[in-house]
Amino acid sequence: MSERVVLVGSSVAGVRTAQDLRSGGFDGEIVMLGAERELPYDKPPLSKQVLVGTMSEDDIGLLGAGGWDGLGVDGRLGQRATALDVDERLVAVEGGDDVEYDALVIATGVRPRTLPGGLGDHQSVFTVRELRDGRELSRALAHGGPLMVVGAGFIGAEVASSARSLGVEVTMAEALAAPFDRVLGTEVGRHLTELHRSHGVDVLTEASVAAIEPTRDGAVVRFADGRSREAATVVVGIGTIPNTEWLVSSGIPLEDGVLVDEGCAVQAAEGVYAVGDVARRWDPATDVYRRVEHWTSAVEQAHAVAQQIIHPLAPAEAAKAPYFWSDQFGTKIQMVGRPGDADRVDLHTFEVKGVDRTVALYSSAGAFAAGVTFGWPRGIAACRAAWASRPPVADVERTLHTLSSGMAPVA
Amino acid sequence: MRIHADIGKCQGYGNCVAIDAKHFDLDDDGMVVVIDDAVAPDELDTTEEAVRSCPVSAIWTQAAGGPADE
Repeated sequence: MSERVVLVGSSVAGVRTAQDLRSGGFDGEIVMLGAERELPYDKPPLSKQVLVGTMSEDDIGLLGAGGWDGLGVDGRLGQRATALDVDERLVAVEGGDDVEYDALVIATGVRPRTLPGGLGDHQSVFTVRELRDGRELSRALAHGGPLMVVGAGFIGAEVASSARSLGVEVTMAEALAAPFDRVLGTEVGRHLTELHRSHGVDVLTEASVAAIEPTRDGAVVRFADGRSREAATVVVGIGTIPNTEWLVSSGIPLEDGVLVDEGCAVQAAEGVYAVGDVARRWDPATDVYRRVEHWTSAVEQAHAVAQQIIHPLAPAEAAKAPYFWSDQFGTKIQMVGRPGDADRVDLHTFEVKGVDRTVALYSSAGAFAAGVTFGWPRGIAACRAAWASRPPVADVERTLHTLSSGMAPVA
Repeated sequence: MRIHADIGKCQGYGNCVAIDAKHFDLDDDGMVVVIDDAVAPDELDTTEEAVRSCPVSAIWTQAAGGPADE
């Protein structure tokens, strides 16, 4: 068994790896390097509960009541890994001592993509990734709007929803013709766009930002086609970039993330793993490397890696159905599977307890590929149970009908 | 071991059901339902995995006859 595990990254993937190592009986040393100075915290609430004030910074802490000592982790915050030497098994650290490892877990996550050409280098322009972003944005929104959200993705959509619930005027600008198209496809993206419009969000499409000009009260956002809007605050949510620059000199395979096998191990370097948003994991069923930015995937990968460090000869835990959630305007939007794999999507409405619930069922050559539910957690649970065997999509629809009519079990 | 759930914390994410459908379900409003709160020794790994998977720590296990709930 490894004697010292070094975790690079102090977000949920890193913390869960530490917790699962301890609960699995690992009694060696665990060192965690965190580039941020904040104690580990959970990120999903940053664009939701933290912005509207229903959760405090204490509420989103990940370490638990016992802190570092309770977990038996040597937490080194404000220490950024700058290089990895896989032959010497050494991590170079800025702001602290270099550290040797027997096992290394890379959990450095992603950072928000920014507007090109320094367009967003302005004090009223925010991204949402770290606690300090949430803190500052929360303060800015407390002063009122208008808010301009650039990019119709999930982070932007959640910020828009949070801001509306605070009474802030919101415009959302999407460069493409169809908002949310990249993740959900056109039809379901349209449904979500309508949800935003019905809650007072002014959704602009085919709106590429050409300039953001500072004003006394915020900024004027100018679009390429001549449209413009004034905003007190601008939030940019246009995707992410994996934090892998520090690994370039190590020679481990990088390509939109750290390439790892089905057990999240780096094949080219003994004792090195990657988990969470930064990991691009091989899927044996489709022979494709996929990087998945879902909370649940990070937690599953952390557990799989902890098990491998403790039991190096046991087979690795297989990846589960990709699953994620988003909360917007009081509607829980939940997704299982990969809409991008589908050649067809159908929107259905199921009445449950007198309330219509919208479900999008995606299929590929008739086989269930993905499901998205709006305000029906029990429906997504049934979709998740079905996903592993990729049944005919008609079977999933029938299951949901049965579920909507009574108390049939979900699995 | 026995399963405990705090409905006030539950957000209907359903990770528990996806992992341990023998013990957990959701109701029509998306709130966790503990179908059977007793966990046999050979079921404990799965139930603990479900507990760990909850994003809002709404479920936990405790030795039967142990101290009172939170």
